[in-house]
Amino acid sequence: MSLRILVGVKRVIDYAVKIRVKPDKSGVITEGVKHSMNPFDEIAIEEAVRMKEKKIAKEIVAFSCGPAQCQETLRTALAMGADRGIHVEVAGPQYETLQPLHISKMLAKLAKDEQIDIIIVGKQAIDDDCNQTAQMTAALLDWPQATSASKIEAKDGSLQVVREIDGGLETIKVKLPTVVSADLRLNEPRYATLPNIMKAKKKPIKKLTPKDLGVDVSPRIQIVTVEEPPVRLAGAKVENVDMVVEKLKALGHA
Amino acid sequence: MQCFFISRFVFNNSLCQTGSLRYFHYSRFVLQSTRNHQLVDKIKVLKQNLIKVLGKDGISDSETICRQHSRDEGVERNDHIVDLVVWPKSTEECSIIASICYEKKVPMIPFGTGTGLESGVCGVHGGVSVDMSKMNKIVDFNPEDFDVTVQPGVTRKGLNHFLKDHGLWFPVDPGADASLCGMTATSASGTNAVRYGTMRENVLNTEIVLADGRVFWTAGKNRRSKKSSAGFNLTNLFVGSEGSLGFITKTTLKIYGIPEMMASAVCAFPTVKAAVDMCVQVLQSNIPIARIELMDDVAMEMCNNHNKLNYEVAPTLFLEFHGTEESVKSQAKFAAEIADYNGGSQFHWAYETEERNRLWKARHDIYWTVLQSNPGCRAIVTDVCVPITCLPDLIAQTKSDIQKSGIIGPCLGHVGDGNFHSFLVFNPSEPEELKKAEQLASRLTKRALDLNGTCTGEHGIGIGKMAYLEKEIGPVGLEMMKSIKRTFDPHWLMNPGKIFSSE
Repeated sequence: MSLRILVGVKRVIDYAVKIRVKPDKSGVITEGVKHSMNPFDEIAIEEAVRMKEKKIAKEIVAFSCGPAQCQETLRTALAMGADRGIHVEVAGPQYETLQPLHISKMLAKLAKDEQIDIIIVGKQAIDDDCNQTAQMTAALLDWPQATSASKIEAKDGSLQVVREIDGGLETIKVKLPTVVSADLRLNEPRYATLPNIMKAKKKPIKKLTPKDLGVDVSPRIQIVTVEEPPVRLAGAKVENVDMVVEKLKALGHA
Repeated sequence: MQCFFISRFVFNNSLCQTGSLRYFHYSRFVLQSTRNHQLVDKIKVLKQNLIKVLGKDGISDSETICRQHSRDEGVERNDHIVDLVVWPKSTEECSIIASICYEKKVPMIPFGTGTGLESGVCGVHGGVSVDMSKMNKIVDFNPEDFDVTVQPGVTRKGLNHFLKDHGLWFPVDPGADASLCGMTATSASGTNAVRYGTMRENVLNTEIVLADGRVFWTAGKNRRSKKSSAGFNLTNLFVGSEGSLGFITKTTLKIYGIPEMMASAVCAFPTVKAAVDMCVQVLQSNIPIARIELMDDVAMEMCNNHNKLNYEVAPTLFLEFHGTEESVKSQAKFAAEIADYNGGSQFHWAYETEERNRLWKARHDIYWTVLQSNPGCRAIVTDVCVPITCLPDLIAQTKSDIQKSGIIGPCLGHVGDGNFHSFLVFNPSEPEELKKAEQLASRLTKRALDLNGTCTGEHGIGIGKMAYLEKEIGPVGLEMMKSIKRTFDPHWLMNPGKIFSSE
């Protein structure tokens, strides 16, 4: 088999960072904060690279949409084994209101332009937790979808995918071309090594605008306010159960 | 503040003479005073002064918090509880804490992640536990120079997460997710030491706060050259000093490129001797093996049951090869030939990240596996390290000794360094078993010292191995160590009661 895989990778605030809300409550602080590739997208890239190592795939295209720094995220994808990158630049207020639907439209257009057989994305991003992009992309393309994948096997023109669902594990067969979203237990991604990081600098990254793909990124939503969760109040010790009940009543809980 | 309590768990002084300790010791009920009245009053005054410097959030004397800070993964020492816990947020605050405590002559104990194995953080004479975890920044990162400087709150896994996007890592891996400054203080080692060295080889510089509050860098402020001949090597003096010479508030580490390929393998042998001979021959062949770990048949059986694995129940080597693809292939081929020559089985390979991680997790979790396989029991952990060629006979003698005693005692460890651990299992309610285990540990340590080895390869002296230090170092060496201690800490306030006594 010699499939072409398109992998979506999102640049998000690193999961180890403590998130702070801007004083004007318009969003979270991103200036000077460590960003990295969305962990589920790392899993997606790893799966694509393994398929290439098994000679199931012949080319991996990594795609990211966002400000100029997304190039770093694409370089990481290239260092992990992707062959080339596509960066659709969107910055500033338009980036703040970017939604999965915009990304899905871009993925759908790229899938047609680049003759893609499999689209793999992480099942959700750790900043918005939407879990929508794979599904919307499949709908726009009218392709079958295999979401929350925890195991993928390629078999002549189709994929057998084990999905993690609420009830347990579901195994489905999807014909190619298809959209897959990667779940946590699909694999453990490799680290980018120094030689591969060096080699990745030479791999091409094509720059496009949303207009090039015919996608309108004007906002569909307006962010009203962003607030931190309420600070946890101190507890109080009381002498006996009756006092517990009294306190609860006073606080309006009983 | 409780001054008196009844303790079921009394640290019996005579026991500390017999070997490395890692267990509950049940003894008779004893009425005991935690510490003398003078110290209790001093601590009250101290607390007020420290609140002014650190704020109410930076200090606690709650019993639970004090207890949490008086123990690590080693023996619980319930009569060695600290009196106060403070959280400095910077080197400056740490320095102020030190000068305040120095003035009042109150003991101070640095606390990192509490993942040590020798009760290094307990308060033998009470005092102030200085929890360094709020100082958690990576202060200087130079990827092209392969060095990074971190504060005590940065852990090993935290640093590796930060480094991975740059294709770099810090390979010293003692198993736990320990504070890197804590690892500096205990000269931590681990499974990768055979190739990448221990903390001794990988710490370039440290920032120290002395007992009197003075701050200095052991290799000069911010210096990060890979080598130096300038004066005494103070950096390595602090590596392994177990908090007894000063607070380590920054450590500058050597970092490495992540290997292009990592492949792990498991190979079973007919006898422990065959497995260790294989290890000696692999090293003699100059194969740059990254990890070579032994698990004996007793350990393998427990490992299989606990992790639901299916390895052969026989002395087994867990190996890992790092390098380019060609290099790993050729290393592996040669190693397989040596294994075959020693009667080893076929290699079972693990290439993918999750498979390798599962394999090494099974190895790293072995202490917990041993305890869970023997519910209700505890274990004495030994940590001897001898020249590699002495290892086959030492392990063989030890295993034979263990078998004769009837104690369950899996033997495993870093055979590539000549360092192995035995977990001598005993039931805390059977004093006979405990006695046997202690005697086994003692005989084993004596054998190791007679073979020109050390009583502790990587865990540290702490409290449990104090009795062996003089035999190992000799009286002059010990006196020199005490001299140095008096120079850095004339009032013996830094982590007293550890490594050696003040007499």
